[in-house]
Amino acid sequence: MDQMSRRKLITAGLATVAGASGLAVAAKLAARYGLIPPDAGTLYGAGETLTYAAQRLLGRHALAREFAPRQISTYPFANAVDPLGDKFQFLQQGAFADWRLAVDGMVARPALFSLAELKRFPSSTQITEIACEEGWSYVAEWKGVPLSHLLDIVGALPQVRYVFYRSFQPDWYESIDMADAVHPQTLVAYGMNGGELPVGFGGPLRLRVPRQLGYKSVKYITRLTLTDNLKKFGQGMGSSAAEGGYAWYAGI
Amino acid sequence: MGNPHKFEATGGAAVAGREAGDAPSGSPRVQLPGPDDRATGTNSPTVNIRHSALVRGTHWLTTLAFLALLVTGVEILISHPRFYWGETGNVRTPPLFTLRIPSSRGTVPTGYGYVLPDQNGWSRYLHFESAWVAVLTGLLYVAFGFWKGHFRRNLLPAPSDRSLRGLATAVARHLRFRRPSEEEAWSYNVVQRLTYLLVIFVLFPLIIWTGLAMSPGFTSVLPSAVTLLGGRQSARTLHFFVSGVLVLFLLVHVIMVCLAGFRNRVGAMITGRLTTHKE
Repeated sequence: MDQMSRRKLITAGLATVAGASGLAVAAKLAARYGLIPPDAGTLYGAGETLTYAAQRLLGRHALAREFAPRQISTYPFANAVDPLGDKFQFLQQGAFADWRLAVDGMVARPALFSLAELKRFPSSTQITEIACEEGWSYVAEWKGVPLSHLLDIVGALPQVRYVFYRSFQPDWYESIDMADAVHPQTLVAYGMNGGELPVGFGGPLRLRVPRQLGYKSVKYITRLTLTDNLKKFGQGMGSSAAEGGYAWYAGI
Repeated sequence: MGNPHKFEATGGAAVAGREAGDAPSGSPRVQLPGPDDRATGTNSPTVNIRHSALVRGTHWLTTLAFLALLVTGVEILISHPRFYWGETGNVRTPPLFTLRIPSSRGTVPTGYGYVLPDQNGWSRYLHFESAWVAVLTGLLYVAFGFWKGHFRRNLLPAPSDRSLRGLATAVARHLRFRRPSEEEAWSYNVVQRLTYLLVIFVLFPLIIWTGLAMSPGFTSVLPSAVTLLGGRQSARTLHFFVSGVLVLFLLVHVIMVCLAGFRNRVGAMITGRLTTHKE
């Protein structure tokens, strides 16, 4: 081995060691600052982690674009949902007066809210776009109570890292991190375009997460659970999308 | 068209001591003293470094990422093969145009009596992971290109070619599918140079921009990324068209490689060595 290739070998070796230890330190720091998404262990975890970490570092508090009233879509669209069943119809006949939203988990005061109670809280209105992963989108005005307000009422414990939310449809559940949970535009929405939130669009209650794709804005929400670990939820990722092969973080 | 790089031949010996990345692009017959020469001995065919290690590595990484992006992009596309202009669009609004292909979602009216299997989950995952590979590889390549003078030396048209006349001659030669001379195997002609510059500095940035403009997270951070394009659906439509141009580039690129000698050219992009047989 001549001088040249030996020097090259040593340089390459040192670079590899430096790179590997750099990566290890970066991974430790990323985990500590909540930059690793729950699906980081999958085949596509590297790409997902880069996206999620980059967006959390660059725009933790960034606001989703809001639109002028004239930009509200005349023809919004919602994917059809499976039949919601007799129990749902019964609640619907009663104008959802008996619909309840439970908030529990790592909270000081678990609570059960009726629709009327939620409507009495200070409301927030936003005109934002909802985009489906399929490619289509529409703009609508959404009205609801900021999720952060509910978290204050129930007294979220400091170690909470995720909010896990369930739909009336048993197969639908999702979760978001605290950056989105306490974000001012994340709403427990009960109104759309000046009226009640139609059932087709998720009424009576839909969690609206405007910084992520539509599948994170779960329809018919019934229960929010605050947790520091998603492993106990769903099939281990606390997200029916992620467990069905879709990205957990849908901010892209 | 003369060899725009003949001035470099004299610098060959000085260059040879550096990384392969600096291998001169012209004058194949200058024998460079260095490790690469030893492999070939003195008899023909002569072998020299045509592409630097970094160019070769980034080329194939980009190829892999691009193919993954293409396949997954098509998969994502068929879940809604309709295109719109402006901010919003869905099956209840008139499309700008519709691709006459079946869809992987039953909600899209396609005229076909069947729905293709949904592949969006892994396709989206792989699309964005490949996009990261392509972007990081591209950044490395561009940084290297400026730092080591790769763009200036190998891709910027020579002063003599920076005229309409010079360009016209080169295009005419190109269109006649004239087999490149041995001299030309060692550097790019002006049509190649302009095409590569267009792909590297216009099409790739555009495909990244139009892609990012569809990300709700990214546009929250930088709203002008999408408003400048005229809205989310405009960005999606532009993303489709730019991909089309990139696919066209890929096809022409592969055809030209085949015409110029597939084994030799692909070999040069793998090993860096271009074998030119003395006549």
